[in-house]
Amino acid sequence: MKKEDTDKNDYRFKIANREALIGVGLVIFNFIWWFGFAYGLGGQDPSNYSYTFGLPNWFFYSCVVGFIVMVVLVIIAVKYFFVDVPFDDDEENEDK
Amino acid sequence: MNWQVILPLLLFLVIVFIVGVWAARHVKSSDSFLQEYFLGGRSLGGFVLAMTLVSTYGSASSFLSGPGAAYNQGLGWVLLSMSQVVTGYFVLMILGKKFAIITRKYNAVTIVDFLKDRYQSKWVVLISAISIIIFLFSAMSAQWIGGGRLIQSLTGLPYITALFIFTASVLIYVIIGGFRAVAITDTIQGSVMFIGTLILLVGVIIAGGGIPAIISDLAAENPNLITPFGANADLTPQYVSSFWVLVGVGVVALPQIAVRAMSYKNSKSLHRGIVISTVVVGFIMLNMHLIGVFARPILPGIEVGDTVMPLISMEVLPPWLAGIVLAAPMAAIMSTVNALLILVSSTVVKDVYINYINPKVSESGIRRLSMGVTTVLGIIVVLMSLHPPDLIIWLNLFSMGGLEAAFIWPIIGGLYWRKGNKYGAMSSSIVGIVFYIIFETYYPQPFGMHSVVSSILLALIAYVSVSLITQKQNSSFN
Repeated sequence: MKKEDTDKNDYRFKIANREALIGVGLVIFNFIWWFGFAYGLGGQDPSNYSYTFGLPNWFFYSCVVGFIVMVVLVIIAVKYFFVDVPFDDDEENEDK
Repeated sequence: MNWQVILPLLLFLVIVFIVGVWAARHVKSSDSFLQEYFLGGRSLGGFVLAMTLVSTYGSASSFLSGPGAAYNQGLGWVLLSMSQVVTGYFVLMILGKKFAIITRKYNAVTIVDFLKDRYQSKWVVLISAISIIIFLFSAMSAQWIGGGRLIQSLTGLPYITALFIFTASVLIYVIIGGFRAVAITDTIQGSVMFIGTLILLVGVIIAGGGIPAIISDLAAENPNLITPFGANADLTPQYVSSFWVLVGVGVVALPQIAVRAMSYKNSKSLHRGIVISTVVVGFIMLNMHLIGVFARPILPGIEVGDTVMPLISMEVLPPWLAGIVLAAPMAAIMSTVNALLILVSSTVVKDVYINYINPKVSESGIRRLSMGVTTVLGIIVVLMSLHPPDLIIWLNLFSMGGLEAAFIWPIIGGLYWRKGNKYGAMSSSIVGIVFYIIFETYYPQPFGMHSVVSSILLALIAYVSVSLITQKQNSSFN
């Protein structure tokens, strides 16, 4: 159908696809960070825990630092890798 | 009655109401009623977009039962809840620009509109409209009951009176103001949640004598409370990780969330929205669940988890401040309820009535119909909340996972995989819902994970294989 042809050639979709992949990448990184610190540091006996600001290290690094790291990464991704594109089809006449 | 607590709450309701009336003026002046009423004219800025996403998502369950579960399970539950940070950026990045461009192209106002144009199939429309109406209607009743109960516990009014106060305050502005009123009040409500949880967390830490003291009290009571494994050491890594699907990436498929990903103005609002919603959702989730854990040494022995938030606020804060903070769960419930209400109403009006019953209805007819349907739905929900039927409670249990399993592949595949077709979409929805209900009922936690994971995997297999098998038919059609 015509719609699919215009879909394929639309430069904006290349950008959109790349940004979706960045989203997937961030999720994978976020998960590894969260899982690694939580079960890597938290898996031992609680009497051996070390603490930062009163919180067990596993929790501090996995949930508090992990959150801050994700915010920073999201800001970097949006600021440097996301591209402004118009959403309306004004410049394309083949549509409808 | 405790007027010092009730007054700030009332003030909050009045402000929300005024905003609704104000937003209604836009509805009157706009040229396309449907776009304006159900989508706010696709004009949301970044901040409003982020806030409406976060507060739609942060519902009664996360605001009352979340801290309650954290109270009982300890830091392990906070860990689990942090999987929700993902929703802040993932939803908008995945649906993102592609969704915005395509839904504008199709002139789609609802998720079902999008599916209808993408798959060109009456059956896809019917299956999705029916699952939205059934699942979200039940989810809405559950929230409604929660709202009534919360007012009841704060004011001491009888449940029925409390329910009517809640109903009146939600219904009026949703009916007249539509999506824009919902989005703007969501922004106020999101800000209240953000500030409220921060104030309460600080209050709880001071009352508990500082974080190190609280943590050592917890460890003294039960060392498991400060491990990632929960109070009885039964939260396994697989189980906790599977919440990354249920309350993390799967949220992309919830219609009330996805519809917000077509409501923003331009790339800039999307970009700002991504950053703000990540910050806000992470902040609220972390604070709220930490409050639940930290409340334990201060107020031991609370039996009903849902009452932890109200009780701890009244314990550690001065009454007027508690009133302001308790507007937060109220805000969470209201913002979820109104989002669901407007969505179910749009499904009935746009997806069912205009598509199949009377496509030639006039603009003023649509206007009367939309407000009428919203009103009638609201009244039915209230009636059901008086004496909730068992069926509603049963369906509500399946609402979130069921919708995710039904919609995730038709939406994602529809956007990113050109070979996905209507047969794939239909079978994926059916397989997703049916297996989710079967797993939840007869075989919970396959492979130690929440059953939503297996259902979504089966739905993916159905989507891909059926789409590929029926490819020939489809290409001759092209």
